[in-house]
Amino acid sequence: MTGFPILSVMLLVPLVAGLICLVVEAKTARALALAATLVDFILGIVLWANFDIGGAQWQFVEKVPLFAGFSWALGIDGIALMLIILSVFLMPICIGASWNSITKRVGEYMAAFLLMETLMIGVFAAQDLYLFYIFFEAGLIPMYLIIGIWGGDNRIYASYKFFLYTLLGSVLMLIAMLWMVNEAGTTDIPTLMAYDFPPGAQTWLWLAFFASFAVKMPMWPVHTWLPDAHVQAPTAGSVILAGVLLKMGGYGFIRFSLPMFPEASAQFAWLIFVLSMVAVIYTSLVALVQADMKKLIAYSSIAHMGIVTVGLFAFNTQGLEGAMIVMLSHGLVAGALFLCVGIIYDRLHTREIDRYGGLSINMPKYALFFMLFTMASIGLPGTSGFVGEFLSLAGIYQVSSLVTAVSATGIILGAAYMLYLYRRVAFGDQRNADAAAMPDIDLREWAMLLSLAFAVLWMGIYPESFLAPMRKDVAALDARLARAAPEGDAQLKMGSAQKPAQHAEIAAPEGGAH
Amino acid sequence: MSSILIIVFGPLLAAIIAGLGNRAIGNVPAKILTTGALFLSCALSWPIFLSFVAGTAEASVVPVLKWVQSGTLTFDWALRVDTLTAIMLVVITSVSALVHLYSWGYMDEDPDQPRFFAYLSLFTFAMLMLVTADNLVQMFFGWEGVGLASYLLIGFWFKKPSACAAAIKAFVVNRVGDLGFMLGIFGTYLVFQTTSIPEILAAAPGMAGSTIGFLGMRLDTMTVLCLLLFIGAMGKSAQLGLHTWLPDAMEGPTPVSALIHAATMVTAGVFMVCRLSPMFQTSDTAMMVVTYVGAATCFFAATIGTTQWDIKRVIAYSTCSQLGYMFFAAGVGAYGAAMFHLFTHAFFKALLFLGAGSVIHAMHHEQDMRYYGALRKQIPLTFWVMMAGTLAITGVGVMGVFGFAGFYSKDAILEAAFASGSEHGQLAFFLGVVAALLTSFYSWRLMFLTFWGQPRWADSEHIQHAVHGHHEDLDEEASHSEHNSHAHHGGDDGTAGYHPHESPWVMLLPLLILSVGAVFAGYVFIHAFIEDAGFWKGAIFYNEHLMHAMHEVPLWVKLSPGVVMLAGLLIAWNSYIRNPKLPAAFVAQFRQLHAFLYNKWYFDELYNFLFVRPAFWLGRVLWKQGDIGIIDRFGPNGAAWAVAQGSRYAQKVQSGYLYSYALVMLLGLVAAVSWVMVR
Repeated sequence: MTGFPILSVMLLVPLVAGLICLVVEAKTARALALAATLVDFILGIVLWANFDIGGAQWQFVEKVPLFAGFSWALGIDGIALMLIILSVFLMPICIGASWNSITKRVGEYMAAFLLMETLMIGVFAAQDLYLFYIFFEAGLIPMYLIIGIWGGDNRIYASYKFFLYTLLGSVLMLIAMLWMVNEAGTTDIPTLMAYDFPPGAQTWLWLAFFASFAVKMPMWPVHTWLPDAHVQAPTAGSVILAGVLLKMGGYGFIRFSLPMFPEASAQFAWLIFVLSMVAVIYTSLVALVQADMKKLIAYSSIAHMGIVTVGLFAFNTQGLEGAMIVMLSHGLVAGALFLCVGIIYDRLHTREIDRYGGLSINMPKYALFFMLFTMASIGLPGTSGFVGEFLSLAGIYQVSSLVTAVSATGIILGAAYMLYLYRRVAFGDQRNADAAAMPDIDLREWAMLLSLAFAVLWMGIYPESFLAPMRKDVAALDARLARAAPEGDAQLKMGSAQKPAQHAEIAAPEGGAH
Repeated sequence: MSSILIIVFGPLLAAIIAGLGNRAIGNVPAKILTTGALFLSCALSWPIFLSFVAGTAEASVVPVLKWVQSGTLTFDWALRVDTLTAIMLVVITSVSALVHLYSWGYMDEDPDQPRFFAYLSLFTFAMLMLVTADNLVQMFFGWEGVGLASYLLIGFWFKKPSACAAAIKAFVVNRVGDLGFMLGIFGTYLVFQTTSIPEILAAAPGMAGSTIGFLGMRLDTMTVLCLLLFIGAMGKSAQLGLHTWLPDAMEGPTPVSALIHAATMVTAGVFMVCRLSPMFQTSDTAMMVVTYVGAATCFFAATIGTTQWDIKRVIAYSTCSQLGYMFFAAGVGAYGAAMFHLFTHAFFKALLFLGAGSVIHAMHHEQDMRYYGALRKQIPLTFWVMMAGTLAITGVGVMGVFGFAGFYSKDAILEAAFASGSEHGQLAFFLGVVAALLTSFYSWRLMFLTFWGQPRWADSEHIQHAVHGHHEDLDEEASHSEHNSHAHHGGDDGTAGYHPHESPWVMLLPLLILSVGAVFAGYVFIHAFIEDAGFWKGAIFYNEHLMHAMHEVPLWVKLSPGVVMLAGLLIAWNSYIRNPKLPAAFVAQFRQLHAFLYNKWYFDELYNFLFVRPAFWLGRVLWKQGDIGIIDRFGPNGAAWAVAQGSRYAQKVQSGYLYSYALVMLLGLVAAVSWVMVR
């Protein structure tokens, strides 16, 4: 595919389609949006098929200098490739999810989604620092619109909260970017990734980027915008918010914070660990007591993102690859769960868990899919959730068994809140007549859930397809981080003629699990 | 050896077709498909096992698919077959095939049969993946897979709140164990740089005596790894502390209890310890813990079993107790004896459960033994197979002549524990003997209450329903075992005019086949399991010295299991046949002791108090006080308040914010570009 600017085309297709959507009527807008997202999906497959695993680090590179060092520079490595695939895969599903449920201002709605697709792909493909910044920040504008116009009753508060959190982070990040360009004399991201900033400056730069990425992630305690945004957003908005927008924080860490400021990353790893551990336990417990389905899944997202951040800051291959797989998996699974909520919301117009019950009886197909995604969410082996969590935690174990043990309690709490949710929605008796009368999923819903289920199982059973393209890039990042990598707490010492452990000590590992 | 592919993946395929096809393909095709797949697996498994018994087979590994490669952490899908796997193969496929067949009769009236059979086959697949695992991660896959199937089957009658609660409890409590298992895998990878079981076992002895940092402490490496993995085993095998889910799991249909919660899944922990025996062998501390936990469970569960009224719960606690025997056998290094007891126990415990199912079926879903009695004549075939099971579990036999299955395996365990010579081995021996007394007592108590004495059916609500022709719709099955109020009418003979009916042949045939196992499994296979190192071919750590010492134990040690078995029988006979008023008098005298045992040592209450309620309370506090009360109040809401105070003109926040945001961004970009241009 050399010479063909496929990335630019992928950016252009939804953009043009989105502009047309603004002027055509609802029915055409829907069809056009679906067609455009499907074209982009096919282009994504082409991109994947033509990605040379083990080849050059940056592929499909396009570079048109614009002015003053600022250039239209695109290009992807394996990490970006996977996130682009995730985005273009979820977009047609989002359009499908909005097919019947959005009735007002359909053209504008579709335009907003298509614009967002352009900007999301842009974020992952940008190779120019400022270009990245534009995509990164502008990508949230269509999201504001989607929540603010097509959202629920309390949408103004939700968007406002979102805005306040994001504003602070992005201002700090921009200042840091300005300083970096001045210091390194380039806006080229690959060059910056290899540039050694003085350790003293790294500290401040890292914190500035952290302010932005931690909010996007979101990490505790700057997470409270997420449950509100999810609750107010329409279904497709939630899918894309959980599926792709949250991944921008993780992508930011892996693309900027880690390679550009390795020393500072090592220096602040403890901060990441503490916040992540708190996030896993805190948000899991909060998820346990939610009465609103979307809020519950939103809180569970925060807990999962905690696993991503500990994996990223493990400074080793398993941690990095695991974090990437958790991000991809969470994109699929959380997206699918929000879709599941949306499907019954469309029928009953409530997210209140107690209004449902016994759906396995009247909606068996739905219940099966819901069960699969519930299991994927709690990391059952064989689903995508397990591979990511397992690798991520295996990575962090090499640094700290304590962080692993605390973060891994998420698998217990996760099982508790998800099964409790499933029990109240799909099991039990049919308590509510209107919920009992709901029809099972139709062909459109079935197609959306099936494609997600397929992806979840594929990633769980044969994750090699997803790991292989990233392998070299993760190895390169790992090599760059090696100089700052922390020492593990295991410190295996071969025994001399030493006696086996004293009796008093054996109580510890056992007691820890009770 | 590609037959292993059919053995393992046949049930999966059947499960998928039956499960997805569900009502579209109908009851009978779904049942034929799943049952057929299992009988095929079973037919292919026995030749593998017998070739290992004959000593002609060699261990082999069939690769299936690459799974994960991340740096040096790699693991693949592969099927390993060696002696240990072969034993598990026949246990799993035989019991599963028979339970499938039995369910044709037991689940006959259920409207959801394809789903039930799909779950059963899915379980079998996961269990087979567990025992054929060549690396720890695939074992973990099977481990969690059987957990999922168990969850689905316990909650099969999902309309019933108690079944849903039991299903969640089983999954979550198992997850506590799985957390330990997972940490154990991480630690093992860290130490050995591999998850391949043969490679770990080969390298394990070299790590003896090394130390490792764990949770800020410095501990013996192998002790840490073994105990972490053992926590997983404790969860799955319902050992003391993590046992609370097993009795509740009886909410599932009875065939499920027989297959999953007696014969196969719950023995996975024992299998794991035996599979990793060369690893456990490197840590005396870990072995000691395994022994203590096993012995304590064996005793504690037996004490509870003596007081329960629900026939399934008695057998459930009995299972818990028997698993304790297997663990302390492994703990003293008698892995062969542990696997032997696992093997014989699978047959007689599955038999007892399915027999109990047959009784429940006959008694119109009544499970409370207080409403049984005098069923010997009514359902004679069920009676005789239950008798075979009881003789097997209590270990009836004459030394050197013949004994029922449990006679050989339980005696081997007790002798090994005594012969091990260690302090914990001795303690395990004494607790094991006391538990054998209790086993004999509660087993005969079950038999006497059910099959002897006068009929006491009249007070049962289920029987009342049956007699008065309150024909419940099929859904009602879900709420059957719920309530037993004391309705006082019915005939003078205590039967209320009800006539129990013997189960259909599809249910009796599996019972008869299993009773053959319960009678002969011990006699036929004792030599291979206990005395023949050539049989194991290194699949477990074989302790030649201990196996030898077992035969040298004093005569009183050899006789004690038989003596206590007779004592238990006599006490039960005295209390329930000769003098039926005795138990009530005993309970009246030792009210607190009885309450303590009847309420299962108050574990559920304790865990509710310590974990469940605080979790919900904390969740609410963190949400209301943490997120809303602190973070939002001083974060975004505080800022909003400040903004609102500052600008009186900001009436329309909803449009203002977007523009201001875009403006900030634009200004930033202008600044950035001008900076670059000016420079």
